[in-house]
Amino acid sequence: MSEIVIVGVNHRTAPVEVRERLAFPADRVGGALRGLRERNGITEGVILSTCNRVEVCVLSDEGYVGVDHVKEFLSGFHGFPVAELSDHLYHHLGEDAVRHLFRVSSSLDSMVLGEPQILGQVKDAYGYACEFKAIGPVLDKFFTKAFSVAKRVRTETRVANSAVSVSYAAVELAKKILGDLPDKTVMLIGAGEMCELAARHLLSAGAKGILVTNRTFERAVRLAEEFEGTPVRFEELATHLKRADIILSSTGAPHFILKREDVDAVIRIRRNRPMFFIDMAVPRDIDPDANEIDNVYVYDIDDLNNVIETNLEERQREAERAEEIVLAEVAGFRRWLDSRQVTPTIVSLRRKFDEVRQAEVAKALSALGSADPKTRKVVESLASSILNKVLHSPIASLKRETNGRSPMEMVTAVREIFDLPEEEAERAPNAAGSGGEQGGNVGSQ
Amino acid sequence: MHTVLLKVTALFYFLGALAYLHFVFTLNERSPKIGRMLLLIGAILHGAGFVARYLAAGYTPITSLFESLSFSAFAIVCVFLGFELRYNLRVLGAFVAPLAFAFSASAAFLPGEVRALAPALDSYWLPVHVMLLFFGNAVFAVAFGAAIMYLLMEKELKRKRFGAIFKRLPSLNILDDINYRCLTIGFPLLTLGIITGSIWAEYAWGSYWSWDPKEVWSLITWFIYAALLHVRMTVGWRGRKAAIFAIAGFCAILFTFLGVNLLLPGLHTYTNLSG
Repeated sequence: MSEIVIVGVNHRTAPVEVRERLAFPADRVGGALRGLRERNGITEGVILSTCNRVEVCVLSDEGYVGVDHVKEFLSGFHGFPVAELSDHLYHHLGEDAVRHLFRVSSSLDSMVLGEPQILGQVKDAYGYACEFKAIGPVLDKFFTKAFSVAKRVRTETRVANSAVSVSYAAVELAKKILGDLPDKTVMLIGAGEMCELAARHLLSAGAKGILVTNRTFERAVRLAEEFEGTPVRFEELATHLKRADIILSSTGAPHFILKREDVDAVIRIRRNRPMFFIDMAVPRDIDPDANEIDNVYVYDIDDLNNVIETNLEERQREAERAEEIVLAEVAGFRRWLDSRQVTPTIVSLRRKFDEVRQAEVAKALSALGSADPKTRKVVESLASSILNKVLHSPIASLKRETNGRSPMEMVTAVREIFDLPEEEAERAPNAAGSGGEQGGNVGSQ
Repeated sequence: MHTVLLKVTALFYFLGALAYLHFVFTLNERSPKIGRMLLLIGAILHGAGFVARYLAAGYTPITSLFESLSFSAFAIVCVFLGFELRYNLRVLGAFVAPLAFAFSASAAFLPGEVRALAPALDSYWLPVHVMLLFFGNAVFAVAFGAAIMYLLMEKELKRKRFGAIFKRLPSLNILDDINYRCLTIGFPLLTLGIITGSIWAEYAWGSYWSWDPKEVWSLITWFIYAALLHVRMTVGWRGRKAAIFAIAGFCAILFTFLGVNLLLPGLHTYTNLSG
């Protein structure tokens, strides 16, 4: 029985010192995949290597033994003693492996739940496997399915939807208040790492331009250059404030640099065009009372942290729904895996009985001596019709999809009852399918 | 024919409402798209039903309460779909679709047979006057929906506690933009509706303006929207205050449309429950 096997390490099972030793740099993946496939009993393979996880997924002819093959491969390739390696490695087989890859692709197994990069990384891994012809029909279907599961999770749950960092939360809020950003101007007051990061995110989200001000004008000029913005003298803050839709502030001032009256005056000049103040300074730069003015929104660092906390909780809740989707998809994929066994079983069942029929017909004909063509025909048709009638119901049962019973149970039962040879059943689909000829898929994503 | 079409229309509006409500509860991205399709099919059937009834009756079928409700549903759905094309309103569908269903369904239960037209209504002014006002009202209904959404959203953003509403509503900017767009489309429709009505009144009743309750309330409505348009253009009012105005304006419309018919009898009493 061939099984899908996944062996690997991730951020939970191995520290970075171990992960970095096991990583597969892009230029070595091809060689690694070739080495992997040369091992006994491994017919297909994919290698996923990111900074948080290294996983090897293979289709192994020998079930559990495949786990050891992959361990030996990892140890051999990286020169890492197996004994030491085993402490960090986890492995998944069959249905368990299916569930694992579906969860990984859907970012349910990530350090930051729902982070978006992992799906791209899994797609890259699949791309390499296609490029180096290491993938076959089973893993091809498996990975393609994993991508569609990930997409389903993304569209049907909100596991990846809300911001979980301060700077992204700022962008999200800005969009909710101001709508599209391309005609909006950002103003950066003072210099703080978090403010600069938020400004960068706002600009990459499309904000039109940025004004930079600082108590020391040289600093403002330097930062403005970095952001391709306009420096503004701190003393002229009040006159330029009216141009800004989003104001990021983190100065070291001991008191408010913008009082409620200041904001009130500006919003009048702006004819109520909304303003979004993000105050990352402690002590605060902007009078929180300004939040009460119509069309003015003032958020301090605690407010943003609260937003993130709520979002994280939400992701956690959504993850539970995502797990249900994954479970349903695992069951579906399991059925497909099982159904792959049906056709070869029917083929070998027929072949076996055909051999019996031929042998018996030959025996009967030789006992009859020189029979006339008519007798010959009768004997032959008698044998075929008995064979067809006897085989009719087992084949029909194999083909029938019955609720609640996996095709695999039927396959196993039929194999056992009729004592069918194992290996023949395994090879048939590869002969019929396109095993190893997946090169056409390179770059298809 | 037209009664069957209207019942099927109501069914499509109902299914559309379900799709939009499904979106509100699950945030499934596909639901609003399905909802939009259902509303579109509903509106096409509705339009066909309207034409069929026109052919059967020989006059523009917006004269009884049955016909008025039905036509309002049609107008609201059309206006909503128009705005939906431009803005990604989605959640507003959960407000519009049930309303359209309620109107078209209740219309389907009212006496639906075609009756003879009151002589005073037999005029070319009927379709012009009534359709202008109904489309104007529909535009203001969308503004009303957007205004409620604005107030809910603003409250969350001011209080900085985000719940279910935050994720479902479009940005404040878009909601305010809709408010303004609706005003610039709805106000001319309302104005022209009142002017054509006045001209028609001169023909039918012999006087341009007779201070009939419906006329009075239309004028009140007109003043509310005129004031809003004025402060928006001159002082730059927007956001919360504009939203409150839009809500007030729509309440006046509702009263003009329903309240006056049921409570204040006057010259316009063609559309009470009995006919």
